[in-house]
Amino acid sequence: MPETSRRGLLFGATALSAGALLTACTSNEPKNAQPAGNSQPAADDKPGKAVTIGFAGPQADHGWLNAINVNAKSRAEEYSEVSLEITEGSNDTAAQIGQVKTLINKKVDVLVILPADGKALTQVGLEAMKAGIPVVNLDRIFASPQAYRCWVGGDNYGMGLNAGHYIGEQLKDKANAKVVELAGIDNLELTKQRSQGFSDALKNYPNIKLVARQAAEFTVESGQAKMAQLLQAQKQFDALWNHDDDQGVGALRAIQQAGRDEFIMVGGAGAKSAMDAIKADNGVLKATVLYPPTMAASAIDLARALGQNKGINGLSEMEIPTSLTLYSAVVTKDNIDQYLPTGFN
Amino acid sequence: MTQPAPSARHNGPDKEDPTGPGRAGATAPAAPPPVKTGGAGPALGLRLDVRVLSLLGVLAALVLVGGITEPDAFLDTGNLQLILTQASVIGVVTVGMTFVITSGGIDLSVGAMVALASVWATTLATQEYGFAGIAFTAVIVGVAAGLVNGVLIAYGGMVPFIATLAMLASARGLALMITDGKTQIVTVDSVLSLGLPDSYILGVPPLVLMFAAVTVIGWLILNRTTFGRRTVAVGGNAEAARLAGIDVRRQRLYLYLLSGLCCGIAAFMLIVLSGSGQNTNGNLYELDAIAAAIIGGTLLSGGRGTIVGSVLGVLIFTTITNIFALNNLQSDVQQIAKGAIIVAAVLVQRRTLRGADT
Repeated sequence: MPETSRRGLLFGATALSAGALLTACTSNEPKNAQPAGNSQPAADDKPGKAVTIGFAGPQADHGWLNAINVNAKSRAEEYSEVSLEITEGSNDTAAQIGQVKTLINKKVDVLVILPADGKALTQVGLEAMKAGIPVVNLDRIFASPQAYRCWVGGDNYGMGLNAGHYIGEQLKDKANAKVVELAGIDNLELTKQRSQGFSDALKNYPNIKLVARQAAEFTVESGQAKMAQLLQAQKQFDALWNHDDDQGVGALRAIQQAGRDEFIMVGGAGAKSAMDAIKADNGVLKATVLYPPTMAASAIDLARALGQNKGINGLSEMEIPTSLTLYSAVVTKDNIDQYLPTGFN
Repeated sequence: MTQPAPSARHNGPDKEDPTGPGRAGATAPAAPPPVKTGGAGPALGLRLDVRVLSLLGVLAALVLVGGITEPDAFLDTGNLQLILTQASVIGVVTVGMTFVITSGGIDLSVGAMVALASVWATTLATQEYGFAGIAFTAVIVGVAAGLVNGVLIAYGGMVPFIATLAMLASARGLALMITDGKTQIVTVDSVLSLGLPDSYILGVPPLVLMFAAVTVIGWLILNRTTFGRRTVAVGGNAEAARLAGIDVRRQRLYLYLLSGLCCGIAAFMLIVLSGSGQNTNGNLYELDAIAAAIIGGTLLSGGRGTIVGSVLGVLIFTTITNIFALNNLQSDVQQIAKGAIIVAAVLVQRRTLRGADT
C-alpha cells in the first residue's frame, strides 16, 4: 500500500474530480419526453370555480408509484382552475400524517391521499373530513368509510383472477399443465389478494396445477434472484404469473440467463417495458394484467368534481360515487396499441 | 484439526470479550507483535482453524439437506452455478465489509452505495459510452462514496456508525433522484452478454470469477501485507497501533475507500446480473454482509478478521436461500428458518471454539 500521502491525495483528487465530471455529463434526459398517457378527463371539463387540491402521495421509489405522482400532476395541469398543493412523497406513516395535517391547516378545498398505510392514516382522514375537507382516498383503503368521501383504486383480487383466467384459457387443452407464481411482497395485503384471485381462477381449470410460488420484493434484483431459483426448482412448466412488471424485468433477465422458453409469462401492473415486450412478441412474456396508475388522474378528476359540487359526465347521479374500482384488463398483443400509452417507465 | 495449538493460541487475546471494558488494556500488549513479526508463526498456506472447519461443517450439513430434500434439482450443475453467482455480488461487498469490521469500524452504507453506483452507471448518458462507461462509472462512484465516508470518519472524527448511516440515507436519496423511481434498463450488449451462459469460462460464470479474484486479493491483502497487519492492529487497539507508528487516520480512510471500491465492483456485477439499475438495488446488503462477516468469525469489536470465514458465511446464506426456494417454502417460513440457522451457526461455532480452547 502507498506510503506517501501525496499519492493518496492524488488518487482522492482524481476520484473526486471524476465524480464531479460524472455529475456534469451523466443525465437521464429521455430522448423523447413521455406523454401523460391517459386519454380524456372524466369530469365535466368546462372550467368551474377555482379549486385547490391537496395531494399527499407516496415516495416514488418504484415505477408504478412514480407514475401515480406523474399522472396526478399532469391531470391537474389540464384544468386551468385547479391548483395542486403537493407534499413530498413519503413511505413513513408519521411523516405522512404530518404532511396531511399541514394540508388541512392550509385549508385546501379537497384532499387526495394515497396513504403509506391505509389503516394507520385513517385517523388523519377522519380529521380532514371533520374539518369539512372531503377526502379522495387513493388505492390503499382507509379502515373507516367515515374517513373518506370517495375511494378510487385498483382491483388486486381481480388482477389475480384475470391473470388466472387468461392462463387458464391458454392452457385449457393441455393435460397436467403446471403453473408457477412469482408473487410480490408477501407481507402486503395486496399480494395476498392477488394470489387469492389467481388460485380462485385456476379452480375453474382442473387440468392446471400451481406447482410453485415464491415471493419477491417488487424490485428488479429480487425478481432476478427469485426467478432464477424457481427456474432451477422447476425444470419444466407451462405458465408463469408474475405480480409486478418491475420485478418482471429481473425475472425476464433470469429466464434469459437460464435459456428457458417452454412457458408463457403473464406480468402485472402495466409497465412500458413489459408492454413493449408484448408488442414485439419475441419472448415468453405474452400478457400483463393492468393495475393502472391512471387512477391518480381519476382521483384528481373526482377531487375537482367534489370541489365544484358536480357529478360525473355520463352518470345520472347528482353526486360522485363513494367508491370506484378500476378494472384489471389483460393486455395482450391483440389490444396492446390501445393500452401502450398508459405504460409507465 | 491437525494443529489445534496455533489457532488456540491465536485466539487467545480475543477471548477477553467476557471481561468487558477491561479488554482494551488486555489486548494492548498483544496487538503490536503481529505488526513487527509479520505473522511469522503459521505462515504456510491456509490456516484451517476450528472456526473455518465448523463453518465448512455447517455448509456440508446444508449441502446434505439440499441433496436429500431435492436430489435432482440441488446437485445439478446449473444450480451450483446459480448458488455461486448469487453469492458473488453480496460476497464482494462482504470482503470490503470484513476489512472495515476488522479495523473496529462498521459500514452501514454498503447497500446504498451499491444502489447509487448501479443507477449512476446505468443512466442513459453513461450507457452511451458502452461497457467501459458503465464499469468505470460504477467503480468511481463507489470509490467516491467510500472516500466521503473515510474522510468523515478518519479526519472529521465522526463515529463510523453515524457517518455511514448518513451516507446510507443520502446515497439512497441521490439514487432515487437520479432514477426518478424508474427502472433503468441496460441496452449495452457487451455488458448484458457477460451475464449469459455463452460467456461462462469452463462452466464458471464471469461474475463468479470476479468474486473469486476479489476474495483472493482480499485474503492476500489482509493476511500477507503490511496494510492487512495494520488493519488488524488498528482494530485490536487503535492507541497501541498509533504508538507503534501506524498512521491510524490514513489507515481508516483507506479502509472505507476499499469498502466503497468493493461496492462499486459489486454494483457493476449487479448490473450484469440484473441487466438494469434501480434505486432499490442492494437493499439490506449491509445486514447480510455484516451477518456473513460475523458468522465467518470476524470480531464485531475489531482486531480479528477472516476473509475465508466471510466467504463461507455468504455461501451458507446463499445455500440456505437456495434450498428454501427449491423446496418451495413461503417467505414467512424462510425468514424464521434463516434466523434460527444464524443462531445455530453461531452457537455451534462458540461451542467448538470453547472445546478447542480448554
